[in-house]
Amino acid sequence: MAASETIGAAARERATDYLAKRHRFRLAEALPWLIAIAVFFIFPTRMTFGSQVLVMVMFALSLDLILGYAGIVTLGHAAFFGVGAYTVGLAAARLDWTEPISGLFAAAIAAGLVGFVTGWFLLRYRGLTLLMLTLATAILLQETGNLRSDISGGYDGLPGLTFKPLLGVFDYDLYGHVYYLYVLAVLAVVFYVVRRIVYSPFGQALTGIRENVRRMHAIGSPVHRRLVTVYTIAAAIAGVAGALFTQTNAYVTLTVFDFDNSAKVMVMLILGGTGRLYGAFVGAAVYMVLEDYFSKLSPTFWQFGIGLMLVLAVLFAPRGILGLFERVGSYLAERKRS
Amino acid sequence: MTAALQVEKLNRAFGALPVTRDVDLTLERGARRALIGPNGAGKTTLVNLITGVLKPHSGRVLLNGEDITASSQAARARRGLARTFQINQLFRGLTVLENLCMTVGERDGHCDNLWRSAGSKREVIDEAIGYLDSLRLTDDALKLVRELPYGRQRLVEIAIALAQKPRVLLLDEPAAGVPSSESHLILDVVAALDPDIAVLIIEHDMDVVFRFAKEITVLVQGAVFTQGTPDEIMNNEQVRAVYLGQEGHRGGHHG
Repeated sequence: MAASETIGAAARERATDYLAKRHRFRLAEALPWLIAIAVFFIFPTRMTFGSQVLVMVMFALSLDLILGYAGIVTLGHAAFFGVGAYTVGLAAARLDWTEPISGLFAAAIAAGLVGFVTGWFLLRYRGLTLLMLTLATAILLQETGNLRSDISGGYDGLPGLTFKPLLGVFDYDLYGHVYYLYVLAVLAVVFYVVRRIVYSPFGQALTGIRENVRRMHAIGSPVHRRLVTVYTIAAAIAGVAGALFTQTNAYVTLTVFDFDNSAKVMVMLILGGTGRLYGAFVGAAVYMVLEDYFSKLSPTFWQFGIGLMLVLAVLFAPRGILGLFERVGSYLAERKRS
Repeated sequence: MTAALQVEKLNRAFGALPVTRDVDLTLERGARRALIGPNGAGKTTLVNLITGVLKPHSGRVLLNGEDITASSQAARARRGLARTFQINQLFRGLTVLENLCMTVGERDGHCDNLWRSAGSKREVIDEAIGYLDSLRLTDDALKLVRELPYGRQRLVEIAIALAQKPRVLLLDEPAAGVPSSESHLILDVVAALDPDIAVLIIEHDMDVVFRFAKEITVLVQGAVFTQGTPDEIMNNEQVRAVYLGQEGHRGGHHG
C-alpha cells in the first residue's frame, strides 16, 4: 500500500510539473530568432525579400491561431491581410497619414473589426459552409475595392507610397535594412502575444473546440464567443502583417485579397506544421526561399518545383516539417530506450 | 422542495415520427433513477432534450425550479447539468490531465483569461488530479486520451462529468462498450457518487439497474410506460412483456 502511494505521488508530481512548466521558454526557441538576426548580417542585399518572408511568417502565425489551435478552416484569411494593407495604403495616399507605427495600430483595429463582424455571423457554421463563406468574405471586400477604384486604385493599386521615418529617425534605405529590423521587431511582439494566448486557459479552450466541439458545449463552454474572440485577434494580426506588407513594398493592389493569397498562407502553415507556433516560421521560410530559388532556376516552370515539394510534403510529412522532426525525434528516443 | 430536475409534457418528433411523447419526469435532489426501455424507445433523445442538444417542440424543462427550456446547452451545463455520452466524446488529441483541467477551467470561468499560463493556477491542476485519483487514472494523466483503451477512456468520460460538479447528472449507458472485467470499476464509481447529486442512468444491464436505482422509469415508443420502485417494475407483468421478456435473447452483450 505504501509503495503504491509513493508511485501515485510521483505520477501526481510529474503531471503537475508538466502543466506548470509547459509554457516556459525552451532554448531551442531562440533558434529562429538567431537565424533571423544572422540573415541580417549574412545577406545584406536581400533584406527586402527577408522582410517579405517575415511578413508571411506573421500572416501564417495569425492563421495558426485559428486553424491550428481553434480548428477553424478558412479560405478567406487574405481578407484581413488586405484590410490591413489597405488601411495604411489609403491612409497614406488619401489622408496623408504616413507615420508607420500608428498605421499598424490602425490596421489592427480595422482588420480586427472586420474579423469581429464577419466572425460573429460566420462562426455559427463549420466545415464546407464556413469554407465557402470565408472565401466569399474576401471576394466581397476585393470587389468593393474594385467598385470604388477611384479610391482604392483598383487592380492598378496605390503605387509610390511614402512613409515617414520610423520613430521619426530611421529612414527607408535602398536595401531595406531598417524595414527588415522593423518587421522583425513587430513580429517578435506579435509572437509574444500569440504565445501567451496559446498557453493561456483560453488557448486551452481553443484546442478543446478543435478536438471536440460537442464536448465543449456539454461542459458549458461559450464556444461561439471563444471563436469570435480568437477570430478577431487573428484578423487583427493578419491586418498588421498586411500593413507591414504595404509599408515594405511602398505599394498595394487589390491582389492582396486574392484567393491565391489565402491559399498560399494555408499551404505555408500546413507545410511547416499546424498548431505548433513555429510551424509558421518554418513553413513560410521554406516555401518562400524555395519559390525564390525555383523562379530563378526556371522563370517559366518554377511552379513545378513548388508542386513537387508539396507532393513530397504530403507523402512524407503529413503533419508538416515540424511534425516530421517530432516523429524522427521520438523514433530516435524510442530506439535509445530499447 | 423544488425538484432538481423536472421535465413537463415534453414532445419532440423527427419529421412525422414522434420520438418523445408527453414525457413527464422528476428527479428529486439525490435521486437515483434509471431510465429503461427497448432499443429505439427514445432514451438518448430524451437526454438530448434535457441537456439542450435538441429543442423540444413543446413542453418544459426545469432545473432547480428554473425554466431552462430556452437555454443553450452550455448555459444548462454551467447551471449544474452534466451528462456522459453513450459514445465517448473526449478531447482525444489532448492528455487526460488536460481534459480535466479544461473542464475545471471552463466551469470556473478561468478560460476567459488570455494572458496567464494555464499551468499557473495550481488549484485547478490539483483538483483535476483529484478526480483522476478517485478513478485511478493518475498514472495515465500525461497520456493522450486516444492512446488509452476504450474502458479507461470511459472513465475519463465520467471524470469530466464529475469535474463539472453537477447537481444533476445524466449517465447514458456508462458501461457500454466496456469489457465486463472492467465495467465493475465504472459501476463502483457510479454507486459511490455524491448522494446530493440527482442521477439519471440509462442502462440495459438489469443487474446494474436493480442494484443502483431506487426508482425506475420505463420508456416505450417515446412515452413513459410506467414508473415505480425496482420491486414494482420487476413484478409488473406488462413491463415484463414489453421489455424484461426480451432480456433473455438480448444476451448480455450490453453488460
